[in-house]
Amino acid sequence: MTTYIEAGKRAVAEAMEADPTVWCLGEDLGRGGVFGQYKGLVERFGPGRVSDAPISEAAIMGVACGAAMTGTRPVVEMRFSDFALCAVDELVNQAAKARFMFGGQSKVPITVREPIGMWRSSAAQHSQSLEAWYTHIPGLVVVCPATPADNYSLLLAAIRCDDPVVYMEHKNLWPLEGEVPQEAEADPLGKARVMVAGSDVTIVSWSACVHEAAKAAEELAREGIGAEVIDLRTLWPWDKEAVLASVAKTGRCLVAHEAVAVAGFGAEIAATVAEHAVLKSPIARLGSPRAPIAYAPTMENVLRVTADKIAERVRTMTGVKAVA
Amino acid sequence: MTANVDVARLRDQFRRMNEIRAFELEAIEAAKDGRVLGAIHPSIGQEAVAVGIVGNLRRDDRLLSTHRGHGHTLAKGAEPRAMMCELFGRVGGNCGGKGGSMHIADFGVGMLGANGVVSANITIASGAAHAIKLLGDDRIVCCLFGDGAINRGPFLEGLNWAKVFALPVLFVCEDNDWAATTRTRAMTAGEGAKARAESLGIAAERVDGNDVGAVDELAREAIARVRGGEGPFLIHAVTFRHTGHTSADPGAYRPAEEVARRIAEEDPIARARAHLELAGVAAADLDADVAQVARAMAEDAAFASAQPYPDADGAFDDVQDVGSPRVMAF
Repeated sequence: MTTYIEAGKRAVAEAMEADPTVWCLGEDLGRGGVFGQYKGLVERFGPGRVSDAPISEAAIMGVACGAAMTGTRPVVEMRFSDFALCAVDELVNQAAKARFMFGGQSKVPITVREPIGMWRSSAAQHSQSLEAWYTHIPGLVVVCPATPADNYSLLLAAIRCDDPVVYMEHKNLWPLEGEVPQEAEADPLGKARVMVAGSDVTIVSWSACVHEAAKAAEELAREGIGAEVIDLRTLWPWDKEAVLASVAKTGRCLVAHEAVAVAGFGAEIAATVAEHAVLKSPIARLGSPRAPIAYAPTMENVLRVTADKIAERVRTMTGVKAVA
Repeated sequence: MTANVDVARLRDQFRRMNEIRAFELEAIEAAKDGRVLGAIHPSIGQEAVAVGIVGNLRRDDRLLSTHRGHGHTLAKGAEPRAMMCELFGRVGGNCGGKGGSMHIADFGVGMLGANGVVSANITIASGAAHAIKLLGDDRIVCCLFGDGAINRGPFLEGLNWAKVFALPVLFVCEDNDWAATTRTRAMTAGEGAKARAESLGIAAERVDGNDVGAVDELAREAIARVRGGEGPFLIHAVTFRHTGHTSADPGAYRPAEEVARRIAEEDPIARARAHLELAGVAAADLDADVAQVARAMAEDAAFASAQPYPDADGAFDDVQDVGSPRVMAF
């Protein structure tokens, strides 16, 4: 068994082993990174390839962009996706655009690791899930792994990818254990996975929320409702075929994500499903209310998309009442 | 201008400065009649900085430029004909018509892009220099930016980075006195680019940016030091923008008298010409130089005008490999 955090580290180490142009840069990497995602790598690869950085997010991202345009493959550590907002020009106007606006003279192969999500009492500036922002930007790939196996195979794929990839690990998943086979390889980006099979309703989710959806599916199964849980894994490109195939089978679709529901990526999925599928009940979305994330657990929890909320919404959609 | 003028070198610089000016004049004409499609930011008056600094880089050195980057790009060795095609949005442009004036780039000559965002090229330059250090060769990076750029955060972040990692970057603040339509001094605390660089321990010199010989001399020294491993260096080149911010901006916010006086006193081409004439070069020969580059630029503009616009389908190329709009429109 391997943890989600260790699986990510294995991917980085193997990518660095295989390709001498891969290097990492970010604040506190010399001490293994703020969550320990890089522990041991500086001893193994040296401080040149696992580089500390000043608290200068714009410089970290801009430097990575310049270094990626000139023959290296930087892995950028942004610490928290919230902090990456200090480097949005460098990512959105520079890295995402350089290949296109220079007419293909250069690619920008950077992997931007931006830990997302609520864990406990990290409040409004250390808890956000901002994945939808980046799906809106042409040029970027957006990945949200939910399992240790994916955090290995998708991170490896991200580092090998020639596009700028926004790679969003969920902080609450760091200790999650799972199998990562020794012979595991990079997985193609853009492929969803059916996590739980079912025939009555399709639940589309990603990142930590996938596990809530799986828990809900377990509960619903006891009530006789077959929920199919799709882990999207990559948000851009997202696996439209897998979602539409599932919805064609179930005739119902709920999209559930931790991010704010309004203009979340669930809206894109819901719109696409509505355009293409014949449904037995209106498509549904679950996300956080449009409020900043609070510090106190009571006010923090009220924003969470939980297994209970997912199950309740599915019951409404299927017309089945909860078992008392 | 230093006492011992190298006449052949100055004559060459005179020609190159005139080439840039001819390009800009041609582009301004083309902007008036709609052949240039978007905004352009002419560098008329600033040619000595482009020629004196960029002219001293090796072809494989890297250059990061600004929205006012035509002169820098020409000085790095890009073909004016391809650049004119890019400004006109035509086939044959350096970026295939995708960038235009503000995103012109020619990686073949080490020109890694003009940039539409003030100051954004500074951290990219530090990154290109970081890659040089990682990959281990002796290129350097030259990053030009305007006086307005020193008030954005990436100036501090990028310079600090270059110093901390002892990177081979020559930073050049091309100070033309105006940040878009606002006098820079009015919006800038302290003594400016040189003082700010020195506060980070970066070696810095100020130079008369309208004296191509002085710029040339300082640039050669600075480039040798940067290439020699001394870390970053900053040149604060004081020059003057003859035109408005864009070709469509008459610059009415600037006192006409001051503009006329500074053009009369500081024009780098007129000053180089005076030195050449003093050194015995015949005025007629210099006139011939000017006429020759003007003719060549007119031919390039005519060539560009005759090229077709790119196929619309190209709008979907070079966006990204994974999730390309060719595969997944939305």
